[in-house]
Amino acid sequence: MSLDRIRNFSIVAHIDHGKSTLADRILEVTDTLTAREMRDQVLDTMDLERERGITIKAQAVRVEWKGHQLNLIDTPGHVDFTYEVSRALQACEGAILVVDAAQGIEAQTLANAYLAIENNLEIVPVVNKIDLPQADPDATAAEVAELVGDDPERVLRISAKTGEGVEAVLDAIVERIPAPGGDPEAPARALVFDSSYDQYRGVVAFVRMVDGSFLPRGRLRAMAQGTRFEPEELGFFSPDRVPTAFLEAGEVGYVMTGLKDVSRLRVGDTLTSEERPAADALPGYKDVKPTVFAGLFPTDSDDYPELRDALERLKLSDASLFYEPETSRALGFGFRCGFLGLLHMEIVRERLEREFDLDLLVTAPNVAYRVITHGSEELEVHNPAEFPREFERVEEPFIRATTIVPKEYVGTVMELNNERRGQFDHMEYLSENRVLLTYDLPLAEIVYDYYDQLKSRTKGYASFDYDVTGFQEGDLVRVDILLAGDSVDALSLIVHREFAYDRGRALVERLRQEIPRQMFDVPIQAAIGSRIIARETIKARRKDVLAKCYGGDISRKRKLLERQKKGKKRMKQVGTVEIPQEAFLAVLNLNGERRS
Amino acid sequence: MTALAEGVRHLYVHLPFCAHRCGYCDFVTLVGRPEQHARYVDALLGELELERCVLSEPLETVFLGGGTPTFTAPEALQRLLGALPGASEVTIEANPETVTAELANVLAENEITRVSLGVQSFQPRLLDVLERRAQPDDVRRAIYHLRDAQIDNISLDLIYGIPGQEPSDLERDLDEALALEPDHLSCYELEPKPGTRFTHAYGDELARQAEAMEGYFERVVERLVTAGYRWYETANFCRPGRQSRHNLGYWLGRDYLGLGIGAVSTVEGLRWRNAPSLGGYLSAHEDARPPARELELIDDDTHRRERLMLGLRLDEPVPFSDVAGALNEKALERLERLGLAERRRGGLVLTRRGRFLGGAVTVELLEESLEIATL
Repeated sequence: MSLDRIRNFSIVAHIDHGKSTLADRILEVTDTLTAREMRDQVLDTMDLERERGITIKAQAVRVEWKGHQLNLIDTPGHVDFTYEVSRALQACEGAILVVDAAQGIEAQTLANAYLAIENNLEIVPVVNKIDLPQADPDATAAEVAELVGDDPERVLRISAKTGEGVEAVLDAIVERIPAPGGDPEAPARALVFDSSYDQYRGVVAFVRMVDGSFLPRGRLRAMAQGTRFEPEELGFFSPDRVPTAFLEAGEVGYVMTGLKDVSRLRVGDTLTSEERPAADALPGYKDVKPTVFAGLFPTDSDDYPELRDALERLKLSDASLFYEPETSRALGFGFRCGFLGLLHMEIVRERLEREFDLDLLVTAPNVAYRVITHGSEELEVHNPAEFPREFERVEEPFIRATTIVPKEYVGTVMELNNERRGQFDHMEYLSENRVLLTYDLPLAEIVYDYYDQLKSRTKGYASFDYDVTGFQEGDLVRVDILLAGDSVDALSLIVHREFAYDRGRALVERLRQEIPRQMFDVPIQAAIGSRIIARETIKARRKDVLAKCYGGDISRKRKLLERQKKGKKRMKQVGTVEIPQEAFLAVLNLNGERRS
Repeated sequence: MTALAEGVRHLYVHLPFCAHRCGYCDFVTLVGRPEQHARYVDALLGELELERCVLSEPLETVFLGGGTPTFTAPEALQRLLGALPGASEVTIEANPETVTAELANVLAENEITRVSLGVQSFQPRLLDVLERRAQPDDVRRAIYHLRDAQIDNISLDLIYGIPGQEPSDLERDLDEALALEPDHLSCYELEPKPGTRFTHAYGDELARQAEAMEGYFERVVERLVTAGYRWYETANFCRPGRQSRHNLGYWLGRDYLGLGIGAVSTVEGLRWRNAPSLGGYLSAHEDARPPARELELIDDDTHRRERLMLGLRLDEPVPFSDVAGALNEKALERLERLGLAERRRGGLVLTRRGRFLGGAVTVELLEESLEIATL
């Protein structure tokens, strides 16, 4: 197809503003799917995506509209997956920015709009959900126009739910979004903007052809990695895979590489043809680095091999997942994993538990610290248990946090951010009632119970987004928890000196409540180095006997003891102290706080 | 295990009838039914004839338990006592209010050597909670009658940890019991069994009191040991030489034959429990069939595990040779370091504190069973 008949675009939006519904409607209006094939969130194929109403993996789907080929690249909306969004945006010339007419601009609306602007995309602003009784399309249109520097009259007003205005969106895509550049005659260059793994057919590369074209059975080469292969199939998504003979400049599609090893083709690489290779690769992507780390341990140590296999398999479709073996004295063999953020961590954990049927213990999440030793050596530390007790200085990751709240909650958010060592940057009124606040905060403070606090203190009205901006020195200490004198490695944490006492106290208190009494006194201590900052004692049990046991009771009592014996196998042993699984879970939850 | 040639030297006879079923009780008991007592005794004697071949007479001990054995209709009871094989220790359980001078004489005439009285408490208020009928005076009277009849080996059962029992109540119960100078005392912590009427009524209250009552067991041991009693088994105390030899048989892993509904026997690696149904037991006898039974194989490994579990209740060491393979050596070393167990005379015995924690300590000391190890 000639370039001027092709449009490549994404839809970006804050969560729940209707991105997936609009995508569904586009597939319907363009007859890509019949009504019979249609279901909600059709592009979100993972159970988890459908349940949570979020998109985790990008998808690319081709539709036809009035003689044009439109390629929709669906992207995740959450901050943890920003890297996926920005990769997808590099494959597009335009983006539809969807904003809920009742909610107005939210934090991720801003983040996504900025990303689109940075990538020089044409933004088509759309106000959605105009059918809602509480919708205020005019006010929202004014906000959005202001944000993207457009005329409020050009902001489209639609209801993705009812389909009203969806055709106008398609027309606007054709009219406003530029056709792809690129040279159809030049040596072939295609950007790999994502990949997936097909159990039977290997690595599937999602590509945007920039120059030239791929021909059937032409050998290809990944320019950065040098991997060579003969593709088994070329094609596009509609939304199922549709094989084609060619992929031409400007088009979006897939290459079935036949590669069985995902590490041989990296997202961001450029594919070219062996026969007539391009001289230079396209600008690639920065490697994404995990920001949040946690230890994952099977609750039953026998499941370690299953966990290892499951992580290997997840990694095939989630290149951003990082893991390495970790051994904990308390929890046994497991893995230290790196995630792009807390949502990513939650999702990996849920996928491991659901898709692989594993029972996991997850340690409190922490960030990566940069520790400068006395010998001026720089260490990156992902695990509190490996945090040195002596060092020259330590730096921790900082973020630029954007929060949008109704004005009555401004004080509340400021208070929360101040408690969390935040540095105020600026504040602006987006409308009469809604305020945008920017703060610099240590990432570690977000990882510890921040979302829950923000949500409850603002009654759910705040929206929040952040970017990791760099490292800053911090007065950080390692707090260890000791049970009967033995350090419980899985419970060590890194905190700001100011919070060390409170956090140590809370952990020690919780452990006292959760650990059953043993046959001896068990002191529980929180310590910074050799200095004890909190202490509790679990008093020894004074009695534990079967009151009577005569001829008729023997079998029953024996079975009772055997059962108790079995129960002990499920206990985690720390030095001489036995901790039931449930106690560990309760304490780890306090330490990290579960959130969704 | 008892060598084949030795045969069984301990006999248990279950007499299930009671005037009233106490709320906390979970034994096989039946209220009233005087018309069936005679038939039940017939059936008991029938079962005895059936199994007599395993007994090696003269027996060492016979134990009549219940129920309330002394509630059994007098003629039926007398007929039973007359027909049972003799033994050097013959014990009967009795509720104090049933022990009249007449009954005491009947017991003595039938060579009962030992009586175990279900006293439980001397506080009327607590007896009420337990639904016990005997009053403190009944206990004293019963003891006089028994001693008058020359039965001087008397044991008292006490219960502690009763809902509403204050430390001073416990002290008073111990004072009263000691004042009667029994040869033997069994002191049990009240165990509210799930599903009983009692647990339903008092479970929450007991849970609240648990901490306050934690020291009662220690106090009982302290008082009785100070008064010269030997704490020879977890819940049992005696004057020198006055152990319950019948119960010692269980704790030393000897074989025993049990007769009657719900009764358990262990003979040469086989354990069986008679079904608890009275009707079934009676009709089996009348049809000249053995009663319905549940069987369990006690192999050597299981026997040694039981030997360890039971032996650790005693104040005498369990010989290592009796528990080979059942004992986890590493656990023993750990418990020795904690001062809960010790090696003595080629065997293993718990320390005073170890005995208070006997359940947990036993769980530690038990080697993983084969079944668990191969999982």
